[in-house]
Amino acid sequence: MSKKVESLESSSKVKSFFKSPARITLLIATVFFVIALVESITGAVDISSPGTSGATLRFAIPLLMAGLGGLWAERAGVINIGLEGMMIVGTWTGAWFGYLYGPYVGLLAAAIFGLLSGLFHAILTVKIGIDQAVSGLAINLIAAGAARYLSGIFFPPVGGDRTVSPPVETMPTFTIPIIAPFFKSIDEKEIFLISNISGLIYGVTTELSVVTVGLLLLLPLTSWVLWRSKFGLRMRFSGENPMAAESLGINVYRTRYIAISISGMFASLGGAYLSLVASSVYREGQTAGRGFIGLATVIFGNWRPSGVFAGSILFGFTDALRVRQNESVMAILLAAAIIAGLLSLYYALSRQWKPMSIAGIIALTGFWLNRQVETIPQEFVTVFPNVATLIVLTFLAQRLTPPAMAGMPYRRGSE
Amino acid sequence: MMKSKIFWGTVAPLAAILNSLLLVYVILKFRGVDPIEMFKLMASYGFDPRNLVSELNQTVAYYMAGVAAAIGFKMLLFNIGIDGQYRMGAFFGGVVGAAVSLPPILHVLLIILTAMIAGGLWAAIAGYLKVRRGVSEVISNIMLNFIAAAIIAFLLSPSLLGILPEGSQTLQTREIPASGRMPTIKAFDSEIYTFLFISIAVGVAYWVMLNKTVFGFNLRATGLSFRAARASGVNAPRMIFVTTVLSGAIAGLVGIGTLLSDTHSYSMAFPAGYAFTGLSLALLGRNHPVGIFFAAFLWSFLERSAPVLEFEGVPPEIVIVMQGAIVLSIVVAYEVVARINLRQQQRAVGSVAVDSSITKEAN
Repeated sequence: MSKKVESLESSSKVKSFFKSPARITLLIATVFFVIALVESITGAVDISSPGTSGATLRFAIPLLMAGLGGLWAERAGVINIGLEGMMIVGTWTGAWFGYLYGPYVGLLAAAIFGLLSGLFHAILTVKIGIDQAVSGLAINLIAAGAARYLSGIFFPPVGGDRTVSPPVETMPTFTIPIIAPFFKSIDEKEIFLISNISGLIYGVTTELSVVTVGLLLLLPLTSWVLWRSKFGLRMRFSGENPMAAESLGINVYRTRYIAISISGMFASLGGAYLSLVASSVYREGQTAGRGFIGLATVIFGNWRPSGVFAGSILFGFTDALRVRQNESVMAILLAAAIIAGLLSLYYALSRQWKPMSIAGIIALTGFWLNRQVETIPQEFVTVFPNVATLIVLTFLAQRLTPPAMAGMPYRRGSE
Repeated sequence: MMKSKIFWGTVAPLAAILNSLLLVYVILKFRGVDPIEMFKLMASYGFDPRNLVSELNQTVAYYMAGVAAAIGFKMLLFNIGIDGQYRMGAFFGGVVGAAVSLPPILHVLLIILTAMIAGGLWAAIAGYLKVRRGVSEVISNIMLNFIAAAIIAFLLSPSLLGILPEGSQTLQTREIPASGRMPTIKAFDSEIYTFLFISIAVGVAYWVMLNKTVFGFNLRATGLSFRAARASGVNAPRMIFVTTVLSGAIAGLVGIGTLLSDTHSYSMAFPAGYAFTGLSLALLGRNHPVGIFFAAFLWSFLERSAPVLEFEGVPPEIVIVMQGAIVLSIVVAYEVVARINLRQQQRAVGSVAVDSSITKEAN
């Protein structure tokens, strides 16, 4: 009994630590400081370069959209494993309609077809009530097959192959005036720490796509709907306890229909981003499992929009590093080890021995790996999101607060 | 009651297949080709004896995936990790097979055993997370599939366990020596893998285990009602764990037929996507060993005969759409049938209750 109380206390301490804005600022500042330090020690200049922060944003947006899509569905009580397939819908329709009528029509088409694919999932799981995983996986299969079938019919052959769409007109980008040049000038002065942060800000404020900004706005919108709107309350209620919701006059079926359709639309827009903004063609296999990583960000982010955002930035960052400069991953490992060491010190000072020893072990392993291994193989960087999510599920399962009825079948009028 | 079970067990899958054929018919009509002509073309190509042999070999692999999924389904487990388990099984089977030299039969047995252990151990991670940490096996297995692929891709690098043969683009494990290979049966200019017999044995063992052993009874009981099984003294969490490992061990055998009779080494060219195929086949075959076999044959028949459509200007991927449609039709059909049955039962119970209350009042 006393042990339980103790753990409760320590968890509330951790919570209050993360809640206090001043301390969060301190934490972020520490992270930046360590990264800057590691960069100047190891010479891996690519971690906080403007190029990396820009690429991180570009890699993070599709994951964010898939993650928010997953969040909408799961908050309403239905797991959407079909995110990958719905992203494929977006990549294909975005590129094809973009090629025919211009990229904006492509985006619109992706949104509409994504909405329809979500609606399809909703009809199967809510109305008919089949297993949510079967429905999602079947959607993945059908979307992949249909995209390949339609490519084979509509796309002009490229070298005997019909797996790539004709190029779509690129979409306009803009640089935020005053801010971007200002931070660029500071970045070039190479002052320790300040230049690193400036470079990062410069990277995310220049050559921004309009679509990036537009899709980013869906994050606060999701937050607002979930926590501030009437519909969001109904949605969360349907996910936590559909029976009780129904008894209070909420139309659970309709709520879920809407939420899952929007889920499909978001995932599909994430796919369209891949084919219209991140590149300018549809290519077979373009989504490369991003729908599943989106699913992972939902868990990683503890079913919260801000958490999904943090997860997609983190996974987008590792993706960007892998593509740009795999050596930097070693520097990140060192940075993570130092941060874990500092955390361990913090826990030691606040006399929380268990988290202290866990953080300490992580720190020592990090330092040891850093000395022993030349580079981290690219394969492991690729699956970092999957490993991270499994670790979170394994060790932090008690801290996670998923919607209670997500994934459970629910039929109106039955228990 | 029994009659209706068998009736629905065969009618529902057939209706699902017909329904998907109808869908494909419409799609082909849109393409502007004669659908009936296409179906005839596929049938004549698919039933050509030489193609039948290669279909049979593919059926064996699919059958293992289907049985692995069915074992999980009996426990209400959704083993979407078959992909990773099959990779682990085939990879470590290949590595161990190439590393040792043993007398012929022993060598083959060792490889098969290694594959089962590797697949089972990989599944054990998901089983442990499910039982001890309450992690949904769907999520953990999806993650584990990606991780398995990455680990194997890493281990296949030439400095570790892999080699890059001259003139080849794909990394592979070392070749298994002749003593570790399985013979093939020559038929119609092609070769049937003798692993077919092992897969049939696995199917029989699955049926016996499920219907004739205490373990199988406990497994079915836990799948039907976790609480009831627990109340009658079954260690339900342990059953879940053991079932997961068993399912993974069978999944480890998916690639073994190809490994031992054809390629003799594991390579990056081994196909992906067995997980959902296995689950589809178990659903279509209603978890019955014979049903799964027919479903597996249907799947490989569709895949092998699809390329013939290419010559008529129809992309063969239409078959993937058809497979997805079959799976959806079948689960929808089961769901609808289950609901009709439930309603009939409720009505029957209701009328009995009304009757008894009437007789009570009369008395």
